[in-house]
Amino acid sequence: MAAEEHAVEGAQEHAPQYATGGEYIQHHLGFLVFGQKEDGHWGFAHSEEEAKDMGFWSLNVDTMGISLVLGLIFLALFKTVSKKATSGVPGGFQNAIEMIVEMVQTNVKNTFHAKNDYIAPLSLTIFCWVFLMNLMDLVPVDVIPLIAQTIAGDSHLYFKAVPSTDVNITAGLALSVFIMIIYYSIKIKGVGGFLGELAFHPFGKWAMPLNLVMELPAFLAKPVSLALRLFGNLFAGEVIFLVIALLGWYQLPLHFAWAVFHILVITLQAYLFMMLTIVYLNQAHNDH
Amino acid sequence: MNLNATIFGQIIAFFVFAWFCKNYVWPPIVAALDERQKKIADGLEAADRAGKDLELAQEKASQLLKEAKKDSVSILDQANKRASQIVDEAKEQARLEGQRLITAAQAEIEQEVLRAKEDLRAQVSALAISGAEKILQSSVDEKVHASMLDQLATSL
Repeated sequence: MAAEEHAVEGAQEHAPQYATGGEYIQHHLGFLVFGQKEDGHWGFAHSEEEAKDMGFWSLNVDTMGISLVLGLIFLALFKTVSKKATSGVPGGFQNAIEMIVEMVQTNVKNTFHAKNDYIAPLSLTIFCWVFLMNLMDLVPVDVIPLIAQTIAGDSHLYFKAVPSTDVNITAGLALSVFIMIIYYSIKIKGVGGFLGELAFHPFGKWAMPLNLVMELPAFLAKPVSLALRLFGNLFAGEVIFLVIALLGWYQLPLHFAWAVFHILVITLQAYLFMMLTIVYLNQAHNDH
Repeated sequence: MNLNATIFGQIIAFFVFAWFCKNYVWPPIVAALDERQKKIADGLEAADRAGKDLELAQEKASQLLKEAKKDSVSILDQANKRASQIVDEAKEQARLEGQRLITAAQAEIEQEVLRAKEDLRAQVSALAISGAEKILQSSVDEKVHASMLDQLATSL
């Protein structure tokens, strides 16, 4: 709660900076973008227009950086446990990690029926990483931007703390899964088998256009739905946190209630992302 | 919500993390889990086996006990039989010994009697002679009447 109260104070101190609540929210939804400016120099964008003008070849340093840090935290935590993993009586921390590993292992065993040693560790990575990224949503909305602004010495710095509210991050994850779906489909069924599945099902080869119309969107919807489901849920949650933060001191009970509810959402979304990945990869391994 | 190169950053990061997880994080943890599972299974099996062994041992012990009881009864029987046999033998021996003693004593008694008779006879003959001497008031020639006296003595 202490951190939350700091956030409240922070919000109030900075309140004069924003003319309206809408501006406050707008500012919190902006990214710290690094890219090539109009004058040809590389640097951070200072406004959303500038960020937009940088085009595709720019980087959201804030979400990307936090996402990398969280990924490294995940690997470091699990690596320390795996280094000391004992088959005897496990300690408290090892127990917790083992519970997660066993949960992932059980889900993979139940859902994924082909033989592939990469799927389970991959699912573990997805679950833990996405969970940690979502978890940043529970950090009060002003804390991390304030820290970043203090370090940078720029009180108007854009800084987005929750990686999974950046569609680039979720799309990156979803595209990684999509790449693996295509890779394993081709590896298991061959190029012909993979394309045949899209073209000759479900109505046989004489109805190829109809098949393509039915199968291609379903196929392409996989990464899009993966990316947008996670992004949408977390973005909506983030916006509501921001709206609640506008209420001043009245936000505390509301913030608490929404945060409690959000614990469910972030875990569920991480679990969903993992399960759908396993299901999609299982389909990729299934030879009809 | 502009798409930018962050997507590629995330894709690269994802594959690197997944690769690291697959090679350095996942195997030791799962190995420990599997090993523990095996240990527990072995332990349960051992416990099961120990229970069965215990049952078997109890059965064997009770069987041994039963046999021992049976043995002890037969040994007791034999001992009793043997004891009565010994007693019987002893009785028989005692009886025979008694008999023997009795016979010996009788023989001795008979001998004693004979000797006494002999003595008596000798004394009687002497008495008879001295009586006869007194009666006759004269000495009888022992030599002359010796044969007659001997006759008398044997007839006693």
